[in-house]
This record gives sequence, structure tokens and C-alpha cells, in this order.
Amino acid sequence: MTRRTNSSPDTAPVDAGGGALDRRRFLKRGAALAGATTVTGPRAAQTGGDLPWLHVPGQPFSAYGQPSQHERYTARRIGANRAVAGNGVSFTPLEDLEGTITPNGLHFERHHNGVPQIDPARHRLIVHGRVRQPLSFDMKSLLRYPMRSQLLFIECGGNSNAGWHTEPIQRPAGSVHGLVSCAEWTGVPLSILLDEAGVDPEASWVIAEGADAGAMNMSIPLGKMLDDCLIGLYQNGERLRPENGYPMRLIVPGWEGVLHVKWLQRLEVADRPVMSRNETSKYTELLPSGKARQFTFTMGCKSLITSPSHGQTLRQPDVYQISGLAWSGHGRIARVEVSADNGRHWTDAALQSPALPHCFTRFRLPWRWDGKPAVLKSRATDEAGNVQPERAALIAERGRAGYFHYHAIVAWAIEDDGLVSHTY
Amino acid sequence: MDWFRILIKSAALTALLTGCATPLPPLIEAPKLGMPVAADTLTAQMLNVFPDGRGLPSGQGSVAEGARLFARHCAGCHGKDGRGGTAEELTGASRPLDHSAADKTIGSYWPYATTLFDFIRRAKPMGAPGTLSADEVYALSAWLLHANGLITADTMLDAARLAALRMPNRDGFLWIEAP
Repeated sequence: MTRRTNSSPDTAPVDAGGGALDRRRFLKRGAALAGATTVTGPRAAQTGGDLPWLHVPGQPFSAYGQPSQHERYTARRIGANRAVAGNGVSFTPLEDLEGTITPNGLHFERHHNGVPQIDPARHRLIVHGRVRQPLSFDMKSLLRYPMRSQLLFIECGGNSNAGWHTEPIQRPAGSVHGLVSCAEWTGVPLSILLDEAGVDPEASWVIAEGADAGAMNMSIPLGKMLDDCLIGLYQNGERLRPENGYPMRLIVPGWEGVLHVKWLQRLEVADRPVMSRNETSKYTELLPSGKARQFTFTMGCKSLITSPSHGQTLRQPDVYQISGLAWSGHGRIARVEVSADNGRHWTDAALQSPALPHCFTRFRLPWRWDGKPAVLKSRATDEAGNVQPERAALIAERGRAGYFHYHAIVAWAIEDDGLVSHTY
Repeated sequence: MDWFRILIKSAALTALLTGCATPLPPLIEAPKLGMPVAADTLTAQMLNVFPDGRGLPSGQGSVAEGARLFARHCAGCHGKDGRGGTAEELTGASRPLDHSAADKTIGSYWPYATTLFDFIRRAKPMGAPGTLSADEVYALSAWLLHANGLITADTMLDAARLAALRMPNRDGFLWIEAP
């Protein structure tokens, strides 16, 4: 604790509400603090002794690289249906990652009946229905079309649904909120293929269907499809992983995950939605009135502190980096505020640039923990002016039976022993 | 004003005078590699069933046959009477939709009966989706509708009857972002 004991009152970091630091003052004082550390001498560093890897040849090349064996616990956490193993989810471990890109092996999964092992040579995309000419595209053909790349989050409509529970669930951040991931998706703009088939001007919907065991189908407004949807073929530079739709999936920027139909095999242009099981009995939100919200596509403005977060421990009073993620289906993240006193005072966090539309934005803020109980919260605002709601406000509007589209502010309680837990 | 700004201004003026204020962006040059699909091939592969009955095949099924099929293919997960096991509760709603722990069954929540045929044909049974005949899918739909008190035990369900059935919660949905 050299820094604290040697900081005179006029050079100490200044609290801007419950210990969240004023970012600019902190940066200005940073040099002075570093200087103080040097002058008084840091604790003696451990060198690790004579390191064996300095003296023996390393491993040979690998055809496909894997994470360090020391990072093997950074893994998806699987929540599968015990009766049907291919039905369930796996969560991205958000609390173990930094930056904004989700590695392909850690992208969240939601499957309704397992991951099909598709031979791309036998897979076709058929565009039919209200079109001038029904068309079939094979993989080799699609790979010749013009493509676009976009960094985009995909979030399951059911992400964070434990937030509706009466008691705060005590699980790591990713195991509650990790049905969202962010990747660079590259593929063919759907407008090109629809134009080639010749869409009937009376049409207003497209029903997408996957080639999984269950041929999952979802209706999507034609306007969105023509505007910015892609036939996704590449994920973070490589071809899609099987669990993310290989050989192709629909990409529907900013809209709920279930619409990003994986293993896409069919697009039926229609004048109405098909009213599939997953857009009627599921992915609809029951309100206290007994009516249900349907076709709620856009994912709400949302943020989450990933560090510190549930299950982590602050070892001693010191300066910590608050780090988290923000995203919105409405566009770019414009602002993220952080509070360390349960929402009484808020401080703007630094946003990692560039803040892209429908994409994760990393936010960070240095914070000095004084060793006393604290409650950390983050609140996102997007470029359209949507502000992430407090949990009480969301529940007042929606009730607690809606299950989907939970995007309220997340609160982490820090006890005086440094343990971090979920709180309301 | 430098030459570049003058150029922009004159270009804008020209556009205004010719009635073409915004030149069209160049169309994306793309190959046209889609292969035409024959109508009969399409029909054989189409699974979508719309609320007006479009997409329903010919065939029929009874409530009694549906009961037999449900016991064999579905009861393991949904419970023998469809009230839920490890899978969804399909029948037997007691708490209404405005209750804080509402029962969202086929009878209480689903807005369209055609959804039953669409979903069962493509996705059930989970161990072997797409293996039931049209008659079997009609029969299972018949039993589920009967178990929810929506059709009588002697109903023989077919395309016309399924599409004509009005579900109790038909008007229970608010379209939030639909066109």
C-alpha cells in the first residue's frame, strides 16, 4: 500500500461519487502516483527462479492453435436439457474476457435440437415464395458474391432472464448474462439475393428456416432483410463454426438472437408471418395485463460490469480497474456511467473506440476501493437516447412473467471482506 | 471560397436544374448464380404452415389415434397427460394469463392452431424429427386440442378444421415491431 501511505491529501485520487474516480483527474495524477511508488521503492519482485523453458526447445508448430493450457478454464458453461442433450445453451464466460471480440470457441450457443454436422457440398439455400423466380444457391456460388464485414453482437432474447427472479442469482456474470457474444461477421448482403429472385412488391415478411433437426423457422420483416441483413459465411475471419451455423447463418444486426437462424436452408418470402412456435408460444413476453408483447426484435440498450463481478474478490483496499461491456440493438453506445454507491452518484466511464453500431463497446474506469461495502452499477445510453433502466423500472413496466428481453442495470455488491456478489 | 467548394456548389446547382438532386448510387455488381427451382420440388420440401391453413397437406387424424401417438412419442418428456415433465406444459392451464405465475399452455396461450401442425411436423418427436406422416401429425394435433378442451373427442381433424379453429388467446398479442 505504498501508494496510499505516501500520497499526500492534495495528490490523492479524488472520489467522484462513492469512490468512482473522476477519470481526467485520475489520469493527471497518475504520473505523480507512479513517481511516488518509484521513490519509496516497490515491494521486492519475485523473479520465478531459473525458468526451464529458457533451456529446452519448445513445442513444434500446430496446425490450429489452442489457448494456453493455463487458460483451459476459460470455457463456455453449458446448461443443457438433461433429457435432450442438444437442447439448451452454453454461456460465454464474459468475466474472463477483455476487449470486445468473442473468440469463436467461446461464442454462446442456443440450440433447439443439437448441432447438425452439415456437408457443405450437399447444403443449399433456397429463396422462394413471393418471388419472380425461386432460386437455389450452393456454397460455391455464394462464396463468389460481393460480401460485407461487420462487427456485431448477437444476444439471445432470453439472456439475463434470471433478472426477473425475486432473489438475485449468485452465479458468475457470464453464466447469467453470457448469452451474448460479439464477432466480426462476413457474408453476402441478403438484398442481393432477394433482388436476384425478384421480390413481389406486396410481400412484407421473410420466413427463415434452418437445417437442424427441427428445421427451426422464424418470420422476419422484409424491410429489415433488405436493409442490413447478411447471409453470414465467416466468423472472425474463418468459416462459421458448426455450433454457429456452418455453413451459413442469417445475420440480423441488433435484433434478437433467435432470428439469426443457423444452418440456414430456406427463405420464404411471404405477405404475413408464419406464426411459428418460436414466435408465438416462445420469444413473446407476457405482461401483467395478460396480453403478450410479440415481434419484439430490437435488443435493448444494456451494459454490465465484467470486472469486478460475482465470485471475484478484492484482496485489499486499492485502485481497481472497473471494466465492462455495453451494447444496444438501436445503434451505437453513446455513454456509460458507473456508480459505486448503488446509483446515488454516477461518473462517466471511458469508452474504448471505435463505438460501432450493434457492437460491443468496452468501458473502463479506475476506482479506489476504500475497504467498505459498496455497490457497483453501470448504466448505458445509446445514440438514439435509450437509457438502460433500473430493475425496478423495468419490472414496473413489464411485470416479471415476460422472461425475454431483460436489460436492466446490473448491481454487484462488494462486502468489507472484498467478496463480490450479485445484488438488487 | 476555394476551387473545390466552387466545384461542389456548381455540381449541386447542376443537379438541381436537371431535377436529379441525389445521383443514384451504383448498383452492386453481382453474379447471378441462383439456379431455378422447379415448383414440384419446392412443394415437396416446404414445411411452413400459415394461420390461414396455407401449407397444410391433405390427410386427417383422430383424437384417439393422437392419444396413442402421444403416449408413445411425447409423454416421456411432456408427462402422460401433457401437463409437463422435463418439457413444456401443453395442457391443463389453471392460472390465467394475468396471474403472476400464469400457465402458458396450448389452450391458454397459443394464438393459432396451425402452429401445432407446423411445429410437430418439423420438430417432433425430438429423437426423430420429420418422421411422422401427415395423418399422424393431424392426430397428435387433434389430441392436444382435445386435451385443452378445444375440440370434442370424436373430431376427425383435417386441414379445413384445423385452419378454421379459433384459439382462445388469438387476440392476446400486441405486435411491437411488426410492419
